[in-house]
Amino acid sequence: MKLNRRSLLKLSAATAAMTTVGLPSFAQDIDELVIAYNVNLPSWDPTVGLSAVNPTIQGFYQSVFDLYIPQNPDLSFGSGIITDYGWNDDGTGIWMDVRDGVTWHNGDPLTAEDVAWSLARVANPDTGSPIQFIWGKITNIAADGNRVTADMPEYEPTFFKWMSFLTGYVMPKKYYEEVGAEGFEAAPIGSGPYMVEKFERNAFVRLKANDNYWGGAPAFKTVTIKFVTDAASRVAEVESGNSHVTLEVPYEEFDRLKAKDGLAGKAEPISDIGMIFLNDIEVMTDPNVRMAAAHAIDKGTIIDRLLSGYGVPIDTLQTPDYPAYDASIKVPYDPDKAKELLAASGYGPDNPVKFKIQTTKGYKPKDFEMIQAIVGLWRRVGIEAEIEVYEIAKHFELRAADQLAPAAFYNWGNSVGDPTTSTGFAMFGPSPHSVWDGEDTFNAILPLWGERDEAKRIAGWKEVDRRIAENAEVIPLLQYVQPILHDARIDVVPHRSGALLPHLMTRA
Amino acid sequence: MTLLRTVLLRLITTLITLLGVAVIVFVVIRVVPGNPIAMMLPPGATEADILRLETQYGFDKSIPQQFVIWLGGVMQGDFGMSISTRQPVSTLVLSRLPATLELSIVALLIAVIAGGTMALLGTRFRDTKTEGLVDVTAGMALSIPDFLWGLVLILLFGVLWPIFHISGRISPSLDIDFTTNFYLFEAILRLRFDVIADLIGHMFMPAVALAIPLAAIIAQLLKQSLKETMNLDYVTLARTKGYGEGKVITSEALPNAILPTLTLVGVQFTFLIGGTVIIERLFSYEGLGNMAIDAVINRDLPLIQGIVILFALLFTLINLAVDMLYVVLNPRLRHA
Repeated sequence: MKLNRRSLLKLSAATAAMTTVGLPSFAQDIDELVIAYNVNLPSWDPTVGLSAVNPTIQGFYQSVFDLYIPQNPDLSFGSGIITDYGWNDDGTGIWMDVRDGVTWHNGDPLTAEDVAWSLARVANPDTGSPIQFIWGKITNIAADGNRVTADMPEYEPTFFKWMSFLTGYVMPKKYYEEVGAEGFEAAPIGSGPYMVEKFERNAFVRLKANDNYWGGAPAFKTVTIKFVTDAASRVAEVESGNSHVTLEVPYEEFDRLKAKDGLAGKAEPISDIGMIFLNDIEVMTDPNVRMAAAHAIDKGTIIDRLLSGYGVPIDTLQTPDYPAYDASIKVPYDPDKAKELLAASGYGPDNPVKFKIQTTKGYKPKDFEMIQAIVGLWRRVGIEAEIEVYEIAKHFELRAADQLAPAAFYNWGNSVGDPTTSTGFAMFGPSPHSVWDGEDTFNAILPLWGERDEAKRIAGWKEVDRRIAENAEVIPLLQYVQPILHDARIDVVPHRSGALLPHLMTRA
Repeated sequence: MTLLRTVLLRLITTLITLLGVAVIVFVVIRVVPGNPIAMMLPPGATEADILRLETQYGFDKSIPQQFVIWLGGVMQGDFGMSISTRQPVSTLVLSRLPATLELSIVALLIAVIAGGTMALLGTRFRDTKTEGLVDVTAGMALSIPDFLWGLVLILLFGVLWPIFHISGRISPSLDIDFTTNFYLFEAILRLRFDVIADLIGHMFMPAVALAIPLAAIIAQLLKQSLKETMNLDYVTLARTKGYGEGKVITSEALPNAILPTLTLVGVQFTFLIGGTVIIERLFSYEGLGNMAIDAVINRDLPLIQGIVILFALLFTLINLAVDMLYVVLNPRLRHA
């Protein structure tokens, strides 16, 4: 080709035109749904390894795989691959009925054999399954027709709830055995509403609708989920029309953005909470100090000022959606009471009690700013707290070793809503996630782990929460609200677990 | 012969440097708080579960033992398995390296062209308002860090005038069956103009954000160097021969003035590659830098080691290449 000025200009124009091709416009119909997600997907196997216990990526897994028992958007349990389930009469075994007519993405039928194999696989510690303490409780897993049975020598009241939680996914036995772990990572298949078409690590996953999905074909035939970890870039993605939906939008931007032409927003509470762990060391062994610290925090004002009102104050580790939530348990903001409590232990504004509080900075929205505000409120009543900022990885290590500072901010997720997975693991001394070693709490919790009477079990947990609140053994702060910004042409159904699920999105 | 000996010596020092980096990184990431096992502990994990996981990932051994095992694997090309992705580290880093290299090279080209042009303009119109404008522009470019330029570019060309892609390296809808991960270079060779346009549409903003500070440095240094050279006798001689000012600058002054800039560009190129870590994150560009941040967040120790070693290797090789180029271009060094 002879290159002259004219041809060069033509080529430049063509290049410029091609550059803009594919940039969506608000005026066009949406054929392909594009979601800007806030986290990367490191691995495709939802049952083993580090990713399997990462709550932030469960939305990807739930798009491709089926949980044994699905959760509805309000966190109630639905009917899925397992249509019915229960214990045998003496509570030493379980049974599950598997849905007929379900197929894997490669067309193979999903059978009870798949369910039994999936359970046996995660029950085997050699596979790298991290939830051994649940799946390891069943033995003699067998499939007969569409029924799966297993023995459970040690009664576990939350077993079926875990079938909706981390690692609770049905995996394809035949396919996995054919391709192996590496082959599965390269080309994963599930039975979920979407099939993986293309996956670029650290970039995007492109999903194709599973038209044979047992729950009905999704509205969007193609979905691209981009991994956009920077909040400013995510906002720009939606503002520019490059993406149609995003989440974890900065609260201070959310109201402005959702009011823009062509955009809409939804903000509903999710199952994540913000809390301050109290480690019963140093001054935190003094109940007056702990209770003063709890009463000196004005949660409502912090939520209003720092989170633009997007948050729900809580006084126990249960959110209002959980079965063990008890609205009568209150730890009110009462600075005068806080001063009295401190005075009783010989502290006051002129002689403040001193301790360290640890927090992340930027791991959760306004985490550091919230702690700054709390430290300011504490100072008014006679508490001088020194802030130490650390990475979340350090928090996990210190918590597992019971070496957290006397106070440490953290966020806790509990999408199945059971009290064992909130108060239980956070406050039971032997748990690697607890730094509270008090014997009274240990003794109060211990009998509840295996309690067979559900009503009695929930009532028991409520009592535990009440005594924990009265003694201020932990300071629950708020239930988070997740801001979802989206194209007005799309209807988004938020899920209380916090997972952004494309199969719940439809054209408005 | 001198050149060959220099290259061999540098290669030996490179190996020693890499070993030193490996030891430091290996020890440091294991000593700093943040244990990957603690991150993957489920709520009800027992001591036995913790021990099982530590054994599974080899963390039950002492740090020297772990290092010897890791080094033994590296000698055979095995950098271990990534904890978070459960993929071989070598596969992961080598698959992402091309993206980072392409971005860095394009950024370098933009910086050299923009910085060189500014320097030439400043020299050609020295002591005029144009030189002042060049100085002010370079000063502004330098005073703002690259990630802030990235945000400015996102606002301008991503939101207000959305002509470039904000995130990613290539559009998911594009079908490419390339044999390498050097998408841009391969697309150019294959004359796939649709892919080239898409790649540039994605790469433009991150590359410009990376290039702006370097362009400013090049402009300032090259202009200063040119101004000094313009006063030398041989340049005056060229003028007396009747050469125009433009030709005097480009043909006579530039070849000599460019040497110090070349060294600087080499050094700065390594900084530019380092800058990709933040810029790739901002633009969700699927390169090594973006992967490095995830590896650190997840305390994926084998992956961190692999990425750091690769970055160190890149830096030393680039410095070596620049030194060699300097020897080739500078006759005094070539014949020393």
